Amino acid sequence: MVRDDSHAWVAALRGPDPVRSRAQADLHVLLLRAARFELGRRRATLTHVPYGELDDLATQAAADAMVAILAKLDSFRGESRFTTWAYKFALLEAGVKARRKAWQGREIPLEDDAWAVLADASPSAHQVLLDSETLRALKRAVQTELTQHQRAVFVALALNEVPIDVLAERLETTRGALYKTLHDARRKLRAALTDAVPMTLAGGET
Amino acid sequence: MNRDDPLLGPAGPEVSCERCFELLDELVELELAGADAGTLLPGMREHLQGCPACREDFESLRDYVAQAGEA
Repeated sequence: MVRDDSHAWVAALRGPDPVRSRAQADLHVLLLRAARFELGRRRATLTHVPYGELDDLATQAAADAMVAILAKLDSFRGESRFTTWAYKFALLEAGVKARRKAWQGREIPLEDDAWAVLADASPSAHQVLLDSETLRALKRAVQTELTQHQRAVFVALALNEVPIDVLAERLETTRGALYKTLHDARRKLRAALTDAVPMTLAGGET
Repeated sequence: MNRDDPLLGPAGPEVSCERCFELLDELVELELAGADAGTLLPGMREHLQGCPACREDFESLRDYVAQAGEA
């Protein structure tokens, strides 16, 4: 249910000037605060970025979030507070910018060298791939079951843990499109593993 | 190998990244209110398990709203 303050926000943002301008200025303050919060959380991955540049990123994230919010105002369904709905745009923009900044200039690992790391990993580190037979079957399935694009995406995202927004930028696509590719690859690998190793792996669907 | 594996993703049905973003604010408020968000928004928990970026977005929004005292 839409709450009263949410109604007021939406009405003001749709209203005539100067009401609308004032609402946008108030919203910008909230978005900038949220963007700074997000970049502050990610400070450890951005130690090479000067504070001033970081604050520029926050300002840009708040501005981009404002554009997205105004464009999508009609999609606000009132299932949450307006401010919670609005914050998610600022946090997303800041998070994406932070991930890309952290990876700026770094090469995207598209090779599957990470298999060796996985094979040597302790159970607590990876929790899952404990069985060398399963690992071999998975590695084989990656080579035989996936298309070239699926393999590249799986290796980068799942094996090498490249942030999906970074890969999306490099491949000029979207997070959603890449995740769909990853999902399809995972489904194929699950099916192959179910056949190859004596344990049941249920497949998911998007 | 577990059913829900970081390499192979969630075993159950999951929403897309786009749908996850649409429902993120609702999920956060349900969680902060102590509601059974997993049941009310099926496929969201599974997606957050399989998609690190969406999971980070969820955690950021949850923590920010919680510290802002808005839920």
